[in-house]
Amino acid sequence: MNTDDKKRLLREMLFARRFEERCYEAYMERKIGGFLHLYPGQEACALGVMEAARPGHDYVITGYRDHIHAIKCGADPKAVMAELFAKESGCSKGRGGSMHIFDTAHRFMGGYALVGGPFPLAAGMAKAIQLKGGDEIAICFLGDAANNQGSYHESLNMAALWKLPVLYITENNLYGIGTRIDRSTAVKDQYKRACSYGIPAEQADGQDIEAVYHAAKVAVDHVRSGKGPYLLELLTYRYRGHSMSDANAYRCKDEEKEWGKRDPLIILRDQLIAAGAIGEDDYHAIDKAVIDEIEQEIIPFSENAPEPDVAELERYVLAENDPWVRPAAGGQQ
Amino acid sequence: MAEMMYWEAVRRAHDEEMARDPLVICMGEDVGVVGGTYKATSGLYDKYGPERVIDTPIAEGGYTGLGIGASFLGVRPIIELMSVNFAWLAMDQIFNSAAKVRYMSGGQLEAPVVIRSPGGCAHQLGAQHSARMEKVFMGIAGLRVVTPSNPRQAYGMLKSAVRCNDPVFINEHELMYNMKGEVPDEEYFHPLEGSEVTRQGKDITLFGYNISVHWCLEAADELAKEGIEAEVIDLYSLSPLDRAGIAASVSKTHRAIIVEEAEAPVGVGAEVMAIINEACFFELDAAPVRVSARNVPIPFNRTLEKAALPNPAEVVAAARRMLGR
Repeated sequence: MNTDDKKRLLREMLFARRFEERCYEAYMERKIGGFLHLYPGQEACALGVMEAARPGHDYVITGYRDHIHAIKCGADPKAVMAELFAKESGCSKGRGGSMHIFDTAHRFMGGYALVGGPFPLAAGMAKAIQLKGGDEIAICFLGDAANNQGSYHESLNMAALWKLPVLYITENNLYGIGTRIDRSTAVKDQYKRACSYGIPAEQADGQDIEAVYHAAKVAVDHVRSGKGPYLLELLTYRYRGHSMSDANAYRCKDEEKEWGKRDPLIILRDQLIAAGAIGEDDYHAIDKAVIDEIEQEIIPFSENAPEPDVAELERYVLAENDPWVRPAAGGQQ
Repeated sequence: MAEMMYWEAVRRAHDEEMARDPLVICMGEDVGVVGGTYKATSGLYDKYGPERVIDTPIAEGGYTGLGIGASFLGVRPIIELMSVNFAWLAMDQIFNSAAKVRYMSGGQLEAPVVIRSPGGCAHQLGAQHSARMEKVFMGIAGLRVVTPSNPRQAYGMLKSAVRCNDPVFINEHELMYNMKGEVPDEEYFHPLEGSEVTRQGKDITLFGYNISVHWCLEAADELAKEGIEAEVIDLYSLSPLDRAGIAASVSKTHRAIIVEEAEAPVGVGAEVMAIINEACFFELDAAPVRVSARNVPIPFNRTLEKAALPNPAEVVAAARRMLGR
């Protein structure tokens, strides 16, 4: 990872931070409804892993904290924000919402809202890759708490058994909704759990994007080379509550302060400043450019985008005019 | 047209579709080396290999989810759940992933997966191996539910379901795999929507699906001896139900009995009665009736088990009552 890469990533990370903060404001203004799970604090995880992978080529799936994963895969941030605004121009046409961002053109295969649901789906995508013989890999991002679901164990078992090209990322932010990991999970180090299935695993600092990148590079190379699955645990922290409806009263201020010192944005910024690659002014200029893009392009686009047509309420339930629903007996289709 | 057993028909559909398209795979517990508990995949492991005929761990939620994930990328998995009772463990993936992904992605993604499973009561399998779950599946938008009552349908519906772009649940029956019936020699595709008039009649309509079609036919034979001409409708598609077909028959006979192997509450019968009320209430000469299982967990004792389930004699008795005989 060279200095230019890091400068680009600083912009991406600033964009991710400001995008999510703007979501928070829009939610408070009631422009965004429903559940909203924000990513500040964890940005280096999605950005660092996908920097080591091939966005738009590899298949990515995740949970409900999904905006930044989608954008890093190549989703248009305008379409993501418009989805949060529940508009027809949203990437899921206003039918999905914050928890169900999809952009299959960029192989972002969706955000799913049942904790642990994507584990087997990712293994299945890997099975499909294996059958088709491609060089893609499937990458599944989920939180530490998802690892307590049965789907985690069932999926890791099958992934290892069949040497599936799937990379499981555990973004360990220490909390499953409002319950701290030591109150919910017998083994706190999540990477250790993968050894039950003979899956190689590593733990890395999820706040330093360079550390994430290097750990992810090893993981991605392993999976892409056909050696089977890999699990990478990233130690991270979310600054906000689990969702917007979470008052975040269960964490002590000292802990938040400590993790605040390990802000991935500040770490990357300080690395670049220490290397003489940017100055404070440059940082503020990038920040301003990012905010301008959000305020001048993304928000107006989302606000002005059309609402879905109620006449299309029942579209997308089933395939349209599928010939095999009422086939001719001999099936000439 | 040759006769074959139900399991052979299912097997033939697998074989033809797998031979045609290398992305058609089948998976489930014991489907490979063993050839399937009901032989529905026998011989396929040797022919297509372990990559495409996959013996899965006993982890229904996991392998069903895996099949659904594979279908996102264009693979066409036929997943066998060894018993429909085990489907409860896979419900999250069937309902939350397969049935909803097209909608919540705004039409970008689809899950063209087939899940087939024997439901129904066999003999003394006890409460946890005797579930009739069609009522559960048919309540979910985004999922097609069909239930073949004979080998021809079993063959033709699986063929259509593999090619259909929607997730399709095929509800089979533990007691029907050895049933014989005619299946076309040439390739045959059965519709996934609609219903079939299995027997024409003018006095009363008996609605059945899967095994209860046979109970209806038996009852119709019995009623014929008394001069009652019962029409038998095979509701092979449970979701969507054939509103037009239901209304057409009731408009002709003006009387309806729905025969279901499952318990009455929130079931196929309840739904068909609602459709009759909505679509052809004023055609009725009598209030529709359900002949259903008793609302109990299925007991182990054979006498109790038989008492818990409907049978053709109950259908005959219900028809006589309705006709004032």
